[in-house]
Amino acid sequence: MSKQMMLEVTEVEPLTPLVTRFRFEHPEKAPLPIFSGGAHVVVEMPDGEMLRRNAYSLISDPNDASGYEIAVRREETGRGGSRYMHSEVTPGTRMRISVPTNLFALDPRARKHVLIAGGIGITPFLSHLRQLDLLQQPFELHYAARSRDEAAGLKLLPKSARIHVQISDEGNRMDLGEILTDQPIGTHVYVCGPEGLISAVLDAAARHGWPKGALHSEAFASPPPGKPFTVTLAKSGRTIEVSASQSLLEALEAAKVEIDWSCRGGACGRCETKVAACDGQIEHNDHWLSRDERAEQKKIMPCMSRFTGAALVLDL
Amino acid sequence: MTLQFNDETFRGDYSYFNTEHAIKRLPFPFDRDEYVYSVNIEAHPGGPKGSPFEFRFDVDEHYVSEMKDRAITLDDDPLRCQSLPHMELAGWDLLEIIMVSKAEDYTDLFTLHRDGNRWHWINRPLGIEQRFTFLDPTTLPCGPMEYITRQTQGDFALLHERDGNLWMDAGMVTSQADWSLDFDIGMNFFEWHAPVPKAKQMGVFDKALKFLLAMQQGQSYRRLNWTMTVNPRLDTSPENYHKWGPEKRTITPENVGRKQHLRIELQSFWRLPRSNAIAFPIRCYLACLEDICTQPKWGRRLHRVLRDIDPTLAEYKGFAVNQDMIVNYLSQFDDGAPTSPGIFPDA
Ligand code: FES
Repeated sequence: MSKQMMLEVTEVEPLTPLVTRFRFEHPEKAPLPIFSGGAHVVVEMPDGEMLRRNAYSLISDPNDASGYEIAVRREETGRGGSRYMHSEVTPGTRMRISVPTNLFALDPRARKHVLIAGGIGITPFLSHLRQLDLLQQPFELHYAARSRDEAAGLKLLPKSARIHVQISDEGNRMDLGEILTDQPIGTHVYVCGPEGLISAVLDAAARHGWPKGALHSEAFASPPPGKPFTVTLAKSGRTIEVSASQSLLEALEAAKVEIDWSCRGGACGRCETKVAACDGQIEHNDHWLSRDERAEQKKIMPCMSRFTGAALVLDL
Repeated sequence: MTLQFNDETFRGDYSYFNTEHAIKRLPFPFDRDEYVYSVNIEAHPGGPKGSPFEFRFDVDEHYVSEMKDRAITLDDDPLRCQSLPHMELAGWDLLEIIMVSKAEDYTDLFTLHRDGNRWHWINRPLGIEQRFTFLDPTTLPCGPMEYITRQTQGDFALLHERDGNLWMDAGMVTSQADWSLDFDIGMNFFEWHAPVPKAKQMGVFDKALKFLLAMQQGQSYRRLNWTMTVNPRLDTSPENYHKWGPEKRTITPENVGRKQHLRIELQSFWRLPRSNAIAFPIRCYLACLEDICTQPKWGRRLHRVLRDIDPTLAEYKGFAVNQDMIVNYLSQFDDGAPTSPGIFPDA
């Protein structure tokens, strides 16, 4: 579990009808820890009976200790975290925020950075841009969004010839082939956005002969809702119900079962839990377990993954 | 109490010594009467007042002389300090964390004034005063990592995280226990740990790597490691093995108590905020067997640990040739009485 700070919301600004920017500051204006481009924080939301924790990329200047900013897209079908942020949080609200963690850092060895964002996946790049500016490293940013309503980045991006925006409702599409050809040797590519965009970029890069080490991706993942299911804990014999709008991790936390975590998005590996028995199918939604590990069904990442079937027993 | 700095050497006449105060606060590395390789990580800083765990970067009576010894080693071999170009930001991170910590923890020794990026650093023990612009390397006499580690006890490695691994891409290494920065630079976590016997089979490294990768800023950790060195020499590098290796043969039953040193490493781990790199300081404490045995609990325990240790580890730790003499010497301090748990001496 990460170290946390109690911060106060000082600004709430709708960027588009779907996306809102929140600014947090220390109540006594104490400086916050600075961070590195691409870092995220985990925001705690006491939603009725439930304690939700969602990870959001920081979009403010990594070198600015006066406050942290995030942009949250309202997900009508999500588990409710983003709805909570949109409906319950106003200036003056105090919230518990983790210290920044970075799972999507720039590779400082790169000669040039090519950033590719889809939809709300623009958020980690907003802090990357500030860091690139500070380090004076060459980059280009390609930003695709379905509509202007979704394109929260438009308001936050500086005007620059190196920033290219494609709105698909307006008939513009990102040409990955073109982006990925003729880049200088030593270029690194970073992609963040929906699953489909990430695999499209990684596939296209593979076809164009890009080395694996030069490709970086962050799936924009918050735990998907799903059907309710039940888990049993091997050591205590307890059974725990996971509701449709809860992640397994949230359900375990609500039942006061201690689980280590950091990213809550299936990327860091911290919450890895052994499965003692599994009669059914684990829906692995994480990016941590290997293909073989998934098939074995002997491990589960409770922050992201769900289960359908007769019985799932965790080694807890 | 203001610190008195010893005037001493770590080579030649080896005039290095520990005062009684320094002995009592040694980070003795054994918490029980046997040794098994383990990751044994705990939060840092944090520990009894006056102990080497109290502050983020411990400054003790050896500070000034250790920094002189580092300067000599660097004069002979500048490659003991290297930083791949992409590690400069991590160097500034390290400089910041050390200057801020020392100025807060040792107000009488160090002062840091910051006005935006215009910084003013005063290091009284070394008589250094420097005004510079943070993040502008042209305003320092050398790179930021070299600058601050010439003023900080212990070796330093800066690890860059990529491809799910950690790469040693910068370091200042002049008091290493037989490993070489010039050899290890650019290697990943598993490559530079390759020589440690047993640990690999135990899966210790997979766990340690996973732990380090998940480490967040504002949470730092430490662990203790140890080895044995003949004479209080800081620079026991492979490059200079011809200078210190033969000294192993100078041990006799008469001089073993003074010449044979327990070399304790206080390793700590820090996630650096601006670069997201990990800093890995390795602080070395040296104490001869005589020093250790002034604390009855430690004398008994060290005897049992070194007597019963796995032979491969005795070899790896470099004292197998003298093990009999060492254990013989220590046996006079072991009356068979039980020892209390934990590393601290009995009051
Ligand atoms: S908390 Fe990071 S993978 Fe689950």
